[in-house]
Amino acid sequence: MDNLVEIDNMTFRRVDRVIYDGISLHVPKGKITAVMGPSGIGKTTLLKLIGGQLTPDAGDICFAGDSVVSMSRSQLYKARRRMSMLFQSGALFTDMSVFDNVAFPLREHTRLSEDVIATIVALKLQAVGLRGAASLMPSELSGGMARRAALARAIALDPDLIMYDEPFAGQDPISMGVLVKLIRELNDALDLTSIVVTHDVKEVLTIADYIYILADKRIIGEGTADQIRNSESELVQQFLKGEADGPVPFHYPANPLESSLFGGEQ
Amino acid sequence: MKFLQSVGANTLAKVSAAGRAALMLFGALAAVPKAKNIRLTIRQVYVVGVQSLLIIIVSGLFIGMVMALQGYTILVDYGAEGSLGPMVALSLLRELGPVVTALLFAGRAGSALTAEIGLMKATEQLSSLEMMAVDPLRRVVAPRFWAGMISMPMLALIFSAVGILGGHLVGVDWLGVDAGSYWSIMQSTVDWDKDVVNGIIKSLVFALVVTWIAIFKGYDSIPTSEGISKATTETVVFSSLAVLGLDFVLTALMFGIE
Repeated sequence: MDNLVEIDNMTFRRVDRVIYDGISLHVPKGKITAVMGPSGIGKTTLLKLIGGQLTPDAGDICFAGDSVVSMSRSQLYKARRRMSMLFQSGALFTDMSVFDNVAFPLREHTRLSEDVIATIVALKLQAVGLRGAASLMPSELSGGMARRAALARAIALDPDLIMYDEPFAGQDPISMGVLVKLIRELNDALDLTSIVVTHDVKEVLTIADYIYILADKRIIGEGTADQIRNSESELVQQFLKGEADGPVPFHYPANPLESSLFGGEQ
Repeated sequence: MKFLQSVGANTLAKVSAAGRAALMLFGALAAVPKAKNIRLTIRQVYVVGVQSLLIIIVSGLFIGMVMALQGYTILVDYGAEGSLGPMVALSLLRELGPVVTALLFAGRAGSALTAEIGLMKATEQLSSLEMMAVDPLRRVVAPRFWAGMISMPMLALIFSAVGILGGHLVGVDWLGVDAGSYWSIMQSTVDWDKDVVNGIIKSLVFALVVTWIAIFKGYDSIPTSEGISKATTETVVFSSLAVLGLDFVLTALMFGIE
């Protein structure tokens, strides 16, 4: 089996709003798969669906061959030990030091002695360049450092799959470069499978093995970085070039301006 | 028509919130507590219980002192100032201890619980617990719930004890009521089952209600600054009203029919 995550004809609604309308998407093992799309399209929702925090209205989502949708609670919790997620905010526990944050999943899910845990945590922090920051509290970290600390926590249990939720959002160029390098290196060194959800086109085209572009409830383009760059779809080109108007309109749907100015409409 | 529709929608929203609250509590308490969770609970007892001690002691002292002062001026007209002890003790053990403690607890600890859990939700900490295969209900909700249940009755008893001492300070030391009669009439009037145990039962019920509301409001809050501020306010308002309403019901059940 070559795909770690397979999404098959999946539909998801929030109240009345359709977020995804029958999308299919595959995440091959050992590769970095990027999911791009304009903000507000529900990219984070996609990760929560894969993690089983949300349930699709139709279709199936498989992780390592098992359907996440039909898993029992205990099966789901077992599967989640093999996946991890890097949240946009980092989501570090604010009442614990960086060390304890990284040690948290180890203490929860293993019976390792504190000595062994300390060694593992030191290695994980070394991998993200924060071994010297182990004793700091999350409030003392910069945004980029917090995200790296969260990354160390995410790889603490050596997962099979790691999902990055907007890893580059709000980062300065240096920490952006650091994160790009980390995502690539960790994926290759730890034999991970990565899903990167983002709208930072330039960064993602340099590291992703395969790219999906989401818009308007469906997948509008997919392929390797080169295929995406050369795509003939207007929608894909608008997204890559960051044009303000195009198939994705600049204006939120509304009545014509004239009618609202002169038509007496309130 | 619109009015009817909004009544219906509101009722449905309330019923489904009650259902979510019940599910949350059930999910949190259904599990057998592990050694790790007991340690977490003890830490929460420190946060919600021990750190509430100061406000409870100060309030208890002043309420006891005020009651002795008011009670003395009334009782002395009938030459019954000897009954000051039981008056202070009974009002505290039966009513003021559990009720005022619950109100103070809602303001001091309940609001903090709501804000803390709401912010954990807003900063995706609850989500990340779930993704790390750690159940936030058992990890976050259960220890806080048990901490409330453990702390509140103890705080109520401390409140009553300090209040009785405050009454002694004003009644006996300042106004000259006989110390012997203050204590001995109190001892012969206050009944263990009827007064002390009933007071503890009351504060257990209040602990359940206040902690449950506080945790649920945080857990169910809309994770924005506005949502959390609304949830915190609702915790204090709802739990205060619930405590006062339930107090009447409990009093009627315990002392109404003699």
